[in-house]
Amino acid sequence: MIDTLRLTAEQAAHLIRDREITGVELWEAYRRAIDERDPELHCFLHVCDDPGGDGVPLAVKDVIGTRGIPTTAGSKMLEHYVPVYDATVVTRAKAGHGLRVLGKTNTDEFAMGSSTENSAYGPTRNPWDPTRVPGGSGGGSAAAVSAGLAPWALGSDTGGSIKQPSALCGNVGLRPTYGTVSRYGVVAFASSLDQVGPVAKNVRDCAFLYSVLAGRDPCDSTTVELPSPVQLPDRDSLAGVRVGIPTEFNEHEAIEPGVRAAVQRAIELCSELGAEVGECSLPLSLDYGLPCYYLIAPAEASSNLARYDGVRYGYRTPDAGDRLEMYTRSRDEGLGDEPKRRILVGTYALSAGYYDAYYGQAQKVRTMLAREHAAAFERFDVLLSPTSPSVAFELGAKTADPLAMYLSDLLTIPSCMAGLPGLNVPCGLSDGLPVGLQLIGPQFSENRLFEVGYALETAIGFDPVPERYR
Amino acid sequence: MSSTEWEPVIGLEVHAHLKTRTKMFCRCELAYGAGENTRTCPVCLAHPGALPVPNRKAIQYTIELGLALGCEISERAIFARKNYFYPDLPKGYQISQYEAPLCGPGALDVPGGVRVGITRAHLEEDAAKTVHAGGATGRSVGADYSLVDFNRGGTPLLEIVSEPDLHSADDADRFLRLLRQTIVELGISDAEMEKGTLRADVNVSVRPRGETGFRPRWELKNMNSFTFIRRGIEAAVREQIAAYDRGETLEQSTYDYDPDTDRLTVHRSKEEADDYRYFPEPDLVPVAPPADLVERLRSGLPELPGARIERLAEHLGVESASQLVSTGNDAKAEAFAAHGVEWKAAAALAMNRGDFLPENAEALARIVQANVTREALDEAFAAAASGPIEADPYLAQTALGDESELGPVIDAILAANPGQVATYRGGKEGVLGFFVGAVMRETQGKADPKVVNRLLREKLRG
Amino acid sequence: MAEISRDQLLHVAALARLELRDDELERLGAQLNDIIAAVSKVAELDLSDVPPTSHPLDVVNVWAEDEPRPSLPVEEALANAPQRDGAYFKVPPGGTS
Ligand SMILES: [Mg+2]
Ligand SMILES: [Zn+2]
Repeated sequence: MIDTLRLTAEQAAHLIRDREITGVELWEAYRRAIDERDPELHCFLHVCDDPGGDGVPLAVKDVIGTRGIPTTAGSKMLEHYVPVYDATVVTRAKAGHGLRVLGKTNTDEFAMGSSTENSAYGPTRNPWDPTRVPGGSGGGSAAAVSAGLAPWALGSDTGGSIKQPSALCGNVGLRPTYGTVSRYGVVAFASSLDQVGPVAKNVRDCAFLYSVLAGRDPCDSTTVELPSPVQLPDRDSLAGVRVGIPTEFNEHEAIEPGVRAAVQRAIELCSELGAEVGECSLPLSLDYGLPCYYLIAPAEASSNLARYDGVRYGYRTPDAGDRLEMYTRSRDEGLGDEPKRRILVGTYALSAGYYDAYYGQAQKVRTMLAREHAAAFERFDVLLSPTSPSVAFELGAKTADPLAMYLSDLLTIPSCMAGLPGLNVPCGLSDGLPVGLQLIGPQFSENRLFEVGYALETAIGFDPVPERYR
Repeated sequence: MSSTEWEPVIGLEVHAHLKTRTKMFCRCELAYGAGENTRTCPVCLAHPGALPVPNRKAIQYTIELGLALGCEISERAIFARKNYFYPDLPKGYQISQYEAPLCGPGALDVPGGVRVGITRAHLEEDAAKTVHAGGATGRSVGADYSLVDFNRGGTPLLEIVSEPDLHSADDADRFLRLLRQTIVELGISDAEMEKGTLRADVNVSVRPRGETGFRPRWELKNMNSFTFIRRGIEAAVREQIAAYDRGETLEQSTYDYDPDTDRLTVHRSKEEADDYRYFPEPDLVPVAPPADLVERLRSGLPELPGARIERLAEHLGVESASQLVSTGNDAKAEAFAAHGVEWKAAAALAMNRGDFLPENAEALARIVQANVTREALDEAFAAAASGPIEADPYLAQTALGDESELGPVIDAILAANPGQVATYRGGKEGVLGFFVGAVMRETQGKADPKVVNRLLREKLRG
Repeated sequence: MAEISRDQLLHVAALARLELRDDELERLGAQLNDIIAAVSKVAELDLSDVPPTSHPLDVVNVWAEDEPRPSLPVEEALANAPQRDGAYFKVPPGGTS
């Protein structure tokens, strides 16, 4: 009997290699888990038939295009859209290691949101407590991994959509350095921020999946070759590692006491494991990261979502009398509130007379955020803070107040603006719900993040299986 | 009528399709006349997730054009998104260049003393093609529906913007022809108006001569014929002067020129006022042309048509030199001239008898300068079009120029036509041709016309 | 920052080709004002000497060779079309406005 709640991707690969189980048996185990638990959780928007082979199954966030498999981006706009090509990350996953696409996971519409409640197909629920959200936008991927419905998954992160749901569901999730993973075939939200990354049960699986995804793609001009190959971590010690604790990120009033306590214990563990731990300060990042993000991301989104016009694919309003009606009604009926809000904000920020005050100014703030982080990395190898100010919140708690929802990404956004990698590692429970810490490093420091994350993970001994399934 | 003397002020925005094999941002092959939507991919159909990758050749071509126009080549050019909705614009934005174009200020010297400033030259992508179907007019308004073919969508487009340095339809015409010839000779575009690979937007305003500021301009969109551009400019100038004469003020606006009525009509405005919300294209990285690439392209530039016209104009005048160059006949004229043919004759031969292999230039020059018969000349050019020729056989067919032989023939003809002789002497010198014809007939075309003319005049003078 | 007027909101919606129903105008308009007010915080900083960052990656000159690759079969190009006519995508007419 295969226990998908505990089986890691690495273990699954070994079982197959050693012929203890077959590829079919492995696939069937995940299908049974999905049949059993997904009616309650709603992680998947589409479950695939077994394409065959011995590769480990992979859940894919539904903003990532899959040839011949519906890709909706959580939007009614793309309800019947079937891509004619695979995203490069999917090609790599299939070709490099024979990974098999298990299904497409739920997401906030066009990856816009922090709770997966903005999906046009209904919310995903948190496996630790189904009355609560899994975080977002990649709540489907995080909840699926956490509930044993997939050994690992692909997510996408613009301002925290991998790290934050990983924190709320108790997974390890990496937002890679901007430019290391191809965006080709990934439904665009904000092009200068979007990155695909792995969501896994532990740091080694996360590192391995990153090694499958990363590298220059000739189809994405904004990708580069990794400066050094990905290394699977195996060291328990943190000797020689300098860990910075940004005070503003650890003492902000929005951080719940239970979250603060769990992260504090992890900081103490860092010292015990031999790390040099010190404080640092990122004042601009915390004060201006969120406003900067909520100008740049909507501006790019307003342009990226212009292609949903009802001409070549996607939803078209029936019986439009003329072209203008086709555009305005298709977009009104096909898009939900959150994309509309962001399109309006972004269009406004870019429009004549406002560009300099909003978009132009935000791009300068972005320079300041990058400089502030660069200064911190002169003294530290990694920065450590909570990933999310809170644990998973109740469904519906923030849906009426967009600004409250935006605050969920307060701590994840600044490093995204600077193009930096970030790793969420579970560090304990607060009232029975997972708490995650984020490790932020300089560009291309993924190996260092994996190393620190692995040592902490080993020392913390977090049990990733939700208590109600144990 | 007012007594004001009005000066037209004209600037051009020229778009040329670059002659690459593939599109600007995807590797779909460019093919005119291919079946509808057979040259498309996720990128040029703007499917979700598709990303642009720029065409190296198109970037090089644009730099070459910039160098030919003396432009500064940007050290860090960036692509920008120009946002607007149209069914033939699949992404909802055009990737163009805005704040940092590849080619900065330059100039094109149009022989005849007109220097036209080049504001910028940049690279962008063309839209797809929309066909309006049903309805009565075949135009967008009144059609029952529209059909879109994305084959052309994404074709690399070079946009060249001139300063408003032109002051007549003639100058605009000369500028555009020279610019076109420059583009063609660089080998970067076919630049054929009839095929739509060259189009121009023309900005026209007028101002009282002596006034230095600019008045509101009319933009004539998508002009695709030299004749219509000239006529459109003339119509705009005429209508603007008439409006000012009536005491009206004008607004900046966009017009279509209707060649059938020779009138301008207000261009159908887009569905919303223009606000393109340009911003740097986040899917692309900057273009920082390496110095060695720029130098290599600079040293590979051919002698440009403008320079050749200047050179030839010393011998032929600007008009004739421009004509030779813009028809591609200047090299032949120069070859004749290099072998001793007088310049005007060389130009006339190149224009009228241009169809010969270049290697025959020397032999032909010898033949045209000798007293060969007209038949020999025709035969020589005919043969020279298809293979190498020797001059000697044609030179042997020398025309009859010996006065002692021609004199008696002429005397006999004059004696036989006393009436015509009287007519000539009465002042109607036009009958000279009658006598020349008669001599040529008598000598079976072998007489040298120059000698015949001279002898006839002498003898008729009496 | 000044409030965004109803006219401005309608103008922005028109630029974005969004038809906003009356109830949406109310709701989204109020939220938009809150969001704009919050993000206006970026104006507090004097950054006149700071260069803008439009991209987190410091890379230039990524170009592809001008060599054709196969296009999509026409049936795949049109597979997701809401409406087609032969090998064309079909759209409503331009209208009179
Ligand atoms: Mg243009
Ligand atoms: Zn293409």
